[in-house]
Amino acid sequence: MRIAVASGKGGTGKTTVAVALAQVIAGRTRLLDCDVEAPNCHLFLRPNGVETETVGIPVPQVDAAKCTACGDCGQFCEFNAIVSFKTEPLLFPELCHGCGGCMKVCPEGAIREVDRPIGVIEHGDCGGVELVQGRLNVGEALAPPLVRAVKAYACANGVTIVDSPAGTSCTMIEAVRECDYVVMVTEPTPFGLRDLKLAVGAVRVLRIPFGVVVNRVGIGDGRVNEYCHSQNIPLLLEIADDRHIAEAYSRGETIIGAVPAMRSTFAQLFHRVESECHHA
Amino acid sequence: MHELVVISGKGGTGKTSIVASLAVLVDGAVLADCDVEAADLDLILTPTVQRRERFYSGHLAVIRGDSCLACGDCMEYCRFAAVHTNGADHGAAPYWIDPLACEGCGTCVRFCPVEAIDFADRYSGEWFVSDTRHGPLVHARLRTGEGNSGKLVATVRNEAKRIAAEQHRQVIIIDGPPGIGCPVIASLTGTSLALVVTEPTPSGQHDLERILDLTRHFDIPAAVCVNKWDLNPFMTEQIERRASEQSATVAGRVRYDSEVTSAQMQGRAMVEIECTAADDIRVLWRNLARIASTQGVRLERTSDAVGIA
Repeated sequence: MRIAVASGKGGTGKTTVAVALAQVIAGRTRLLDCDVEAPNCHLFLRPNGVETETVGIPVPQVDAAKCTACGDCGQFCEFNAIVSFKTEPLLFPELCHGCGGCMKVCPEGAIREVDRPIGVIEHGDCGGVELVQGRLNVGEALAPPLVRAVKAYACANGVTIVDSPAGTSCTMIEAVRECDYVVMVTEPTPFGLRDLKLAVGAVRVLRIPFGVVVNRVGIGDGRVNEYCHSQNIPLLLEIADDRHIAEAYSRGETIIGAVPAMRSTFAQLFHRVESECHHA
Repeated sequence: MHELVVISGKGGTGKTSIVASLAVLVDGAVLADCDVEAADLDLILTPTVQRRERFYSGHLAVIRGDSCLACGDCMEYCRFAAVHTNGADHGAAPYWIDPLACEGCGTCVRFCPVEAIDFADRYSGEWFVSDTRHGPLVHARLRTGEGNSGKLVATVRNEAKRIAAEQHRQVIIIDGPPGIGCPVIASLTGTSLALVVTEPTPSGQHDLERILDLTRHFDIPAAVCVNKWDLNPFMTEQIERRASEQSATVAGRVRYDSEVTSAQMQGRAMVEIECTAADDIRVLWRNLARIASTQGVRLERTSDAVGIA
C-alpha cells in the first residue's frame, strides 16, 4: 500500500503527518521524502548510517568527428537544450529533459548520452522506519526526474509513505501518482481552503481516493470542514492548534514525541486510511 | 526599476502575509504573485481583474486513434511512461497519452511511422492583470500538473515590468513560490533583492540554508526575516547567525501573533489591522529599505519619508 501525504499550501504539516504515520507502523514501512527541493523528514527522524547515491539524467554529448552540422538535433529539441544553426551544436544540459530524441534524430549517430547529476538520494534507518529522501542540487530547476528516482524505492510489500512537495505542478503529480491513497493536510484558513481546493482538483484528475486532515484547528473557522462535507470528502483527523506542539516542532521533536497520546491518534488515522483504501 | 522578491525554501512561513503588508507600506509598487501553483495574494488584496490571458507553453502529444497502426513505437520511445495501451486489438484507440505525464518532447511525434500523433500548443494556465486598493497586481494560475511554471513566472514578471515602466512605478514586489526549483529560480534571477522569510524550526533553518545557497548561486543580495521568532528564541539567534555567515543580512523578526490569521480571515493585510506583528512588519520594512539602499536600490521615494503610507 502506498499512502501519499500532500497539500496545496506549504507549511500545513505534511512532514509532521508523514513522520507520525511512519512511526506508528514502524517495522513495516518505508518513508519516501519526495519534497526534494526542501526535504525535511530527516530532521525529525535523524536516520543512522546514511548512505548516499547520485541521481542523474541522460544528456547529449556530441562526437565532433561524426557531426556534419546538419542542424536536425537543434531543430528537434523542444527545450532549447541543444542548439544548432547548421553549426556544431551548442549544448545547454541544464535545460535538457533527458528525452533522448536528439540522439535518435541524428542521422550520423554522432550523439551519445552521458549522465548529468541533478541530486542525491539518501537512505537511512530510523528505529524501524526506513527513510529514503531525495535532495535536489541547488540551482537545479527540474525536480520530477529525482522524484521518479525516489519513488522507485516504494516497497513491494509493506506500507510506503510518500511525503509530497506542496503545490499542484508536475513535481507534486509525480510524487502522488500511483499511490493508493492521498492524505491531504490543510489548515482552517482562507489560504488553506483555497489551496486545498486546488490540491483536490489535482488528485481528482489522478482518480486517487483521498481524505483530509485539518491541522491547527482553532486558528480560523469552519469553512474547510463545510467544504469537505459538501464535497463528501472524508475528514480523517482534526489536530487542535497547540503552541506546545509548535514549540516542540521548533526543537525538532516529532508530534508523537511531544504529545505521546498522539500515537494512538495516528494509529487510528492509519487504520482509517487502510479501510478507506479497501473500500475504494 | 527595482524588483524585491519574497521567497522561502520552506512553504507556509508567511511570505504572502508579509508581501500583502509590504504592498500597503511601499508607496506605488507593482505587485506580482509568482506563486503560480497556489497564488493566494488575491485573497487579501481582492483584485478587480482588468485583463485575462491564456498561457500556452510547449506542446502536448495526442494520438489520433483512427490513424494509429498500434505498432507501439511511441510507447517504446517515451521515457516518461506517458504512453498507455488499451491493447492492440482495441479498435478506436489502441494507444493513448496521459497529458499529465507527457513532457512534450516530441520524440513519439517524430518517430510515429504514420504521423498519427498531433502536437498542438499546450494550454498551461492563465494570467491576469488586476487593480487592487494598493496598486496593480499581476497574477496567474498554472493548470493542474503542468510543467513550465518557470515560463509562466517569467510572463508575470515581464508584465509587471511593463506596467511599472508605463506607470512610472519604481518598485515591483514579487510574492515567490516555496522550494528552490524551476519557478523559484524564475522568480529570483535578475531581481535587486531577495527577502527570505523563515521560521525558527529545524525545517526553517535547513531550507533557509538551501535557499541562501541559491541566492548566492545567482548573486542576488539576500535579507532574512524570522517569522514567529518567539516560538524558539534560541533557534532564531542560531538562524540569524548562520544567515550572516552565508552573507545574508538580518532584516527583522516578526512575533507569533494569532491576529495574523484574523487579518487573513478579514481579507486584510497585517498592517491594516492593529496587532503586534504589524509593528514588527513596519520595523522590517524600514530595515529592508535601508538594506536595499546599501545595495544601491531605492525602495522608497524619499529617504526620510521611508515610504510608509
